[in-house]
Amino acid sequence: MSTFLLIAISGLGLGSLYFLLAAGLSVIFGLMRVLSFAHGAFLSVSGFASWMVLRSVETPSTPRLLLALGAAVLVSGALAFLAEVLLIRPLKGKELEQLLATVGLGMVLVALMAGIWGPDEHLIPRPGWLTGTISIGGAPVPNSRLLLIAAAAVVMVGIQLMLARTRYGLIIRAGVENSAMVSALGINVKRSFTVVFTAGGMLAGLGGGLAGAYYGGISPFLGDGMLIFSFIVLIIGGLGSIEGALIASVVLGLSQSLANFYITNGVGDVLVIALLVVTLLVRPQGLLGQKERLV
Amino acid sequence: MTKSGALRYGGAGLLVLVLALLPFTDRNVGGLLPGPINSPGSLQVLSLMLVAAAAAVTLDLMFGYTGLMSFGHSLYVGFGCYATVILSNNPSIGFTKGVLLAILFSFLVALVGNAASLRLTGIGFSMATLALAQGFAIGVERGFLGSGGEVGVTFERGVLPDPLRGLVNSRNVYWLALVLVVVVYAMCAILVRTHNGHVWQGIRENPLRTKAIGYDVYAYQLAAATISCTLASLCGVVFAIVMGGANPSIVGLHYSLALVLMVVLGGRGVLWGAALGAVLYQFLNLRLPSLSSSDLVTGLPDAVQVPLSQPNFLLGVAFILIILFLPGGLASLITRRSRRATSKPGRQTRRDEAADLAPTSR
Repeated sequence: MSTFLLIAISGLGLGSLYFLLAAGLSVIFGLMRVLSFAHGAFLSVSGFASWMVLRSVETPSTPRLLLALGAAVLVSGALAFLAEVLLIRPLKGKELEQLLATVGLGMVLVALMAGIWGPDEHLIPRPGWLTGTISIGGAPVPNSRLLLIAAAAVVMVGIQLMLARTRYGLIIRAGVENSAMVSALGINVKRSFTVVFTAGGMLAGLGGGLAGAYYGGISPFLGDGMLIFSFIVLIIGGLGSIEGALIASVVLGLSQSLANFYITNGVGDVLVIALLVVTLLVRPQGLLGQKERLV
Repeated sequence: MTKSGALRYGGAGLLVLVLALLPFTDRNVGGLLPGPINSPGSLQVLSLMLVAAAAAVTLDLMFGYTGLMSFGHSLYVGFGCYATVILSNNPSIGFTKGVLLAILFSFLVALVGNAASLRLTGIGFSMATLALAQGFAIGVERGFLGSGGEVGVTFERGVLPDPLRGLVNSRNVYWLALVLVVVVYAMCAILVRTHNGHVWQGIRENPLRTKAIGYDVYAYQLAAATISCTLASLCGVVFAIVMGGANPSIVGLHYSLALVLMVVLGGRGVLWGAALGAVLYQFLNLRLPSLSSSDLVTGLPDAVQVPLSQPNFLLGVAFILIILFLPGGLASLITRRSRRATSKPGRQTRRDEAADLAPTSR
């Protein structure tokens, strides 16, 4: 039983990582109809940013970890901001081209990281309490998993509050419904595009910083691997639905970890694909997605 | 036949003839190829470029002509490749039957995979294809079904027929790759000129209107995607013969994106553009690492040397620049000029504008 609990909580931690990436992508897609392939690379870059802050000490203090997370979020947010202004905005209205531009950007960033730091994994030192465990129901649960789950919960609540209570949230919700109408009413939708894309990048950055805490290391290709599962989360949850993304990331993280542990390593990853195929066949728009019109 | 048509067919024939005669020359081409043109190393590089060209042409059929952006084309190239090797290595099946079975299975996978993926439209379809291909890639990397994991699988001794085996016969393998390109290209070129092909292009421009005219959009899309993916698996078969086995470099997101990049680089919706993009991409990808270790580059400071040693960096930058400034790809440099000369002034033939006209999906 305690093993089951341990694996389940680890799975939730993994699901939280997927959610951090998927939540940003989901809002971006909802508003801009752009699926960003660059956010995986943003995640890796921010992982390296936190590594730069942490690598000099053997067991970093908690403030240093916070500093590293802050650096990760800032670097990734800055990258996302530049990407939106320089690549996405000039291609406004051309969704396919925007998507391809993010593909190109992701390639460039991953290649740069591989060129500068090499393709191998770099170990990230962690504060003592993060590598420790806490006993939950007799299971020794690593604190890093709990940190991830807490971060995902905070992000979920934060996004919901932002969307429900703030003026920007209102604009974003309206923009998701009909962005042409919103801009016709004299509201600067362009700016909210930038804000949303940057915020998505910052979430990826947080994910990158925390991925270091989860895996204890960072490589240029980590983000792309996570990105694929985030895409699957998006499809199963329904493109553009944050609640759907939350449910799907929990289901995916859990089933992936449990199957990888109880059956054999690798089965969990295939199971995820199987879940996706079932979703496509039974409910192509995803759990909470809206039916799309043809085109 | 019109004059330009004669020119085009003549040019294509001449190009194929020149390519077919290449293995008879032993010239050195600087550092561009690993050795003289007819050395086995150079011929393998050339063969891989040809296979990539064929694969990109098949992707162009569904992506450029039917508007179905697949991020999972590597699934079919990879499946054809792995199925050929694994089935052929089975002593009770053998090479000939193995290849035929591999193509048959690939057809079935393409039919089922696309039938499922096409339940989603637009970006959802791309994501579904990506995910399916990723499932295959995970299976391959973990070594399920005897796929050998990270090392891949090779043809066992005596499985490949003699004329396709060994370094002495790399010329034959090269010709096989050339035949593949010609066959795939010709099939695609004929298909896009048929009535079906015109319906596909109608779907690309505006699926809703095509449906309104009375065409079953799903069926036409399924046909295009299945043909495209089955032809892609044929490229996988030849890849297996060129490499003497299967390896994970042609499965997964990275290769799928590479194929999309080749098509966009050369020009979507132009078959020879896709082939051109693929040849360029594959050449840079295979040769840039060794070119960048030459004296010319190693003397440069680190800030310049690091990006130059990463083929993906240069290709990614080129890709972004093309998307921003040359939406028709390299092919549009040529077609634009010739169209301007032949068509009436003011009449545009840009298909990208269709994206602006099409209703945004909600």
